[in-house]
Amino acid sequence: MTALPATAVAGRAAPTRAPRGNGFRTRMARRAPLLPALLFTIVLTQLPFLYTVYISFLSWDRDHPELGKKWAGFDNFRAVFSDSGLRSAVLVTIQLTAMVVIVSVLMGLGLALLLDRKFLGRGLVRTLLIAPFLIMPMAAALLWKHAFYNAQFGLINGAINGVRGWFGEHSPTHWSMLSAHPLISVAIPLVWQWTPFMMLILLAGLQSQPGDVLEAARVDGASNWQIFRAITLPHLRQYIELSVLLGSIYILQAFDAIYTITRGISDTTNLPFAVFETQVDSGDYGLTSAEGVIIVFGTIVVATFALRVTSSLFKEGTR
Amino acid sequence: MTATQSAAPPRTRGHHADDAQTRAVTRMTRGRGGLVLTALAWVAALVFFFPILWMVLLSLRSESDAATPKLFAAITGVNYDGLWSGDVRIAILNSLNASITSTVLVILLAVPAAYALSIKPVKKWTDVLFFFLSTKMMPAVAALLPIYLVTNDLGLNDNIWALILVYTSANLPIAVWMLRSFLLEVPREIIEAAQVDGARLPTVLTRVIAPVVMPGLAATALICFIFAWNEFLFALRLTGQNAKTAPVFLAGSIAPEGLFLAHLCAVAFVVCLPVLAAGWVAQDKLVRGLSLGAVK
Repeated sequence: MTALPATAVAGRAAPTRAPRGNGFRTRMARRAPLLPALLFTIVLTQLPFLYTVYISFLSWDRDHPELGKKWAGFDNFRAVFSDSGLRSAVLVTIQLTAMVVIVSVLMGLGLALLLDRKFLGRGLVRTLLIAPFLIMPMAAALLWKHAFYNAQFGLINGAINGVRGWFGEHSPTHWSMLSAHPLISVAIPLVWQWTPFMMLILLAGLQSQPGDVLEAARVDGASNWQIFRAITLPHLRQYIELSVLLGSIYILQAFDAIYTITRGISDTTNLPFAVFETQVDSGDYGLTSAEGVIIVFGTIVVATFALRVTSSLFKEGTR
Repeated sequence: MTATQSAAPPRTRGHHADDAQTRAVTRMTRGRGGLVLTALAWVAALVFFFPILWMVLLSLRSESDAATPKLFAAITGVNYDGLWSGDVRIAILNSLNASITSTVLVILLAVPAAYALSIKPVKKWTDVLFFFLSTKMMPAVAALLPIYLVTNDLGLNDNIWALILVYTSANLPIAVWMLRSFLLEVPREIIEAAQVDGARLPTVLTRVIAPVVMPGLAATALICFIFAWNEFLFALRLTGQNAKTAPVFLAGSIAPEGLFLAHLCAVAFVVCLPVLAAGWVAQDKLVRGLSLGAVK
C-alpha cells in the first residue's frame, strides 16, 4: 500500500525535536537505524502487492497449466465487477463489520461504566472479562460452532430442551441456530472476543477523566445522567473513535470465524473468504488477484477517509 | 512541547492520575444502587467467562457425556492423556518456533526503527510512521497468493521459515508504533544530562533508555507473540504436515464422524493456555499496546 493516509495528517505535524544539523553524515546516522525495518517491510508487503497487480492482468488458471499465463488486459477486473457473488461479499463484509463493531463498542461501553467504580472483586471481574479476548480465534469459532450451536449436542438446544422439559414437552427440538441465523452465528464469537477489547480502551478513557471537573459538576448539582451526557461522553469521543477504528481494521479481515462456522454458505461469504475461495477452490489466479487489487484500493479510500476523521487520535503521536 | 500538545488530552493524563484515584473512591457508590451495579458487573463477568468454563468442563468429560448437554457430569482426564505425545506436540512446537522467532526478529528490527522515529527523529518521520500503519490496513488476503507462489518457487512450502517471515512483517508495524510510544516516555532531560556527563551512545542506550523502556518492550513482545500464535490464514495456506501450527491443527481436529467434542475442547484449551496465562499477567500493558500507544 502507499503512504497516502500519512499525508492526510502530516500537514499538522510539527516534530518537537527538529533534526539538528543537516550534514550528510548526520542525516545518514539518523536514518540508518530505520533502514532495516523499512526495507524488510517494503520487501515483504509492497513487492507481493506489485506481484498481485501483475497477476491480475494475466489469464492464469492453476488447474489448466497447459493454457499458460497470457496477458488478459482488464478481463479479470471486468469479471470481478460483473460478479454478483462479489457484490454480495462486499455487503456481507460491511454488515458483519458494522454489526460486530457497533454491538461490541456498546457492550464494551456498558461494561467499562460498570467497572469504573470500586467494588468487591473488581480485579477478578476485570480478569474474567478480558479472558475471551485472549482465546485463540480458531478455538473460539470451533467452541461456539460445536459446543453451542450444534443442534444435537450444543448447549443452546440443550437449554431449550431443558426449559421445554419443565413444561412436559420431552421430544428434543431440531432447531438450528446455524441455519436459522448464519451471519449472527458468525458474529457472536467475534462480539464475544472483541467486547473485552473495547471495554479496556473505553475504561482507560473513563479513568483519564479529570476528576476535578466531575467533582465540580456534582457540587453544582448535576445529575449522573447530565454528567455523563455533558462531560463523560464528549471526553470519551476519541476513545470511541479509536475502538471503532481498530475494531474495523480487524473485523474487515475476519476469516477464521467464517472459514470455521459456515464456510461461506448461506450468504456469509465476506471479502477475505471470497478471495480465499477463488484462490484455493477454483484456482483462478488472475481473478483472485484482481479481487485482491480492488479490495486494496477500496481499503485505501476507506482508510484515508477514516484516518481523516479520526486522525485526532494520533495527534499525540505528532508532538 | 508544541502547539499540538494542548489539543492532545492523552498527554496530560498523567497529572490526573491522582484525581482519578480520589474520584474512584468518592464514587464508591453506597446503598442499594451500588449493590445492583456490583451484581450486574459480576453477572456480566460470569456470562463472558462462561464459554471458557464450558470448554474446560467439556474437556474433562467422556465423549458420551459431552454429547448430551448437562451442567454436571463425571470428571475424567482421559482427553488430556497422550496429548503431549501426539501431533499436538508437533503443532505446539511449530507454533512456539514461529511465534518466538518472529517476535525476536520483530524486536531486533523495531527497536532501532522506533528510536529513529522518537529519540532522534528523521525528517518526515510522520510519513514513515503512517507508512508502517498503512501496511496494517492492507487486507492480508491480497498478499496471500504472491507469498504462496514465491514460497513455492523458493522451496519453502511447508517450511516454518515462510511463516516466520510473514509474521515478522505483519507484526513489525505494530511493534514500531508501540515501541515509539514507549520511547517517547523517556524524559529528554535524563538523556541530555547523561550526555553532558560524557556518557556515550551505548551507555545511554543500556543505562538510561533501556531501564525505562523495558516494561514496554515486554508488552510489545507479548502482543507480537499473541498475534503470531493465533494467526490462521497464512498458516493454513503455507504449511502442510511438517510445519503445521496450533490453529491449523486445531481446525483439523474435528472428526467428520463420531463424537469429538470433548477431545476438541481439550486440544483447544491446551493451545489457548499460553496466551491466556501471559495475557492475564500483563493485562495492564495490553491495552496500551493494542491501541498503538494512543491510549495510556
